[in-house]
Amino acid sequence: MIPLSLKRTPLYAQHLAHNAKMVDFAGWDMPIEYTGIIAEHHQVRRAAGLFDVSHMGEILITGSQAEDMVQLLVTTDIAKLQDCQVAYTVMCNENGGVIDDLLVYKYSRHKFLLVVNAANTQKDLDWIKQHKVPDCEVADVSEQLAVIAIQGPKAEEILQPLCATDLGGLKLFCFDPTSIVAGRRALVSRTGYTGEHGFEIYLAPADAVHVWQELLRQGGSEIAPAGLGARDTLRFEAKLPLYGQELGPDITPLEAGLDWCVHLHKPEFIGQEALQQQAANGPKRLLVEFEMLERGIPRSGYPVQKSGQEIGYVTTGYHSPTLNKAIGLALIAAEFAQPGETIDIVVRNRAIPAQIGRGLFYVPAYRRRKKSKK
Amino acid sequence: MNIPENLRYTEEHEWVRIEGNRAYVGITDYAQKELGDIVFLELPELESDLAAGDQLGVVESVKAIADIHAPVSGIVVEINEALEDSPELINEDAYDTWVAVIEMTNPNEIDSLLTAEQYKNLVQG
Repeated sequence: MIPLSLKRTPLYAQHLAHNAKMVDFAGWDMPIEYTGIIAEHHQVRRAAGLFDVSHMGEILITGSQAEDMVQLLVTTDIAKLQDCQVAYTVMCNENGGVIDDLLVYKYSRHKFLLVVNAANTQKDLDWIKQHKVPDCEVADVSEQLAVIAIQGPKAEEILQPLCATDLGGLKLFCFDPTSIVAGRRALVSRTGYTGEHGFEIYLAPADAVHVWQELLRQGGSEIAPAGLGARDTLRFEAKLPLYGQELGPDITPLEAGLDWCVHLHKPEFIGQEALQQQAANGPKRLLVEFEMLERGIPRSGYPVQKSGQEIGYVTTGYHSPTLNKAIGLALIAAEFAQPGETIDIVVRNRAIPAQIGRGLFYVPAYRRRKKSKK
Repeated sequence: MNIPENLRYTEEHEWVRIEGNRAYVGITDYAQKELGDIVFLELPELESDLAAGDQLGVVESVKAIADIHAPVSGIVVEINEALEDSPELINEDAYDTWVAVIEMTNPNEIDSLLTAEQYKNLVQG
């Protein structure tokens, strides 16, 4: 079934010029890979990759009560954010299930930009409008913004000569709303979805091709375009959740291990009561890391068993390109969610043993302790 | 498109090289390109007695999973164990990398396999 018309980002022609394999992603015609997922994955871990993430949705909330409105929508206490800080957080329904995960960019108490999943943009917009408070404006600005992510250990070195912002002074999860990249106005944030150092650049669609080409030119052999395939293996390896797999309307952030972004006792938010109750009783399911003990690759949706009884399912699994082993994330009954516990992953009707662990995944570059010189 | 003249093909993108009564079976260059980086091969058991069309194995790329079928009936007499550690060999050279060898029990089945010309028409549609 071919949808009548897939949406294209301003960088569509660039993807074709780089021989991308294009796929339908949430109604967008997007590059899944250029030279190959594994090569692009290593490129980002080793040097730098350039991603077109213009399909993401952007929703602007402005007005004198904007902070109160966003506060009601998300689980994080965004009053604690400084201006020009970003929060990764989730929006929940009344039951504590996740409507979407998102980035909240706080310009000031009166202006917030919410960056949401492409597949959820309309749903989120409807939900947000339902909870609009007086004196607040809600605007879908998705069509007015292209987004380019530059990710990898060389990202800063490549971007800095083209960028008016002092990137060394831009801390993790902070942004400059009035930056200039390759002569074009842009918002630049130190954020990403790969587990590497990197930046996301929001700019006018008309400027996207110029900035994309300038970044590739500046980076030379240290940078290459990377597709959504590598984006997924990279985010997975760094244990960053994906909506639709680790998160969804029937999964709470506490089950998904996102306790750190649920501020249970902040001012009122949707889902608060349900989450407080779940926190008090302990979630019945938990997301765990596991490693296969025998040959086989875990995949989303594969059943997880213990002694022949089904106890949950795999949310994401891959042969990890960096760690060179088959690992996965699974949502399982809490009683079994202990490191060291052995479980079975059902691969094509065969139970293959796996072991639950902690710290099996790739430690994001920005979370590593700097090694002291001795 | 890389479709050697000396091989026979199936509609499910397997290739077959006949040597006497033995059929060497692999997946086509078109198939490996469609799958992308191959990361896992599930090979058949030696001595398996398969009918044409039965599952011979499974190939998994980073994002996709596909069955490999026996193009002809017979007994599996060899498997390419190198693929267990190096499945990417298929990406590197799909036609030099056979998956299994079938000792044919009904060599007449070869006649119903696609020729290079027919397979070319199939994938270029």
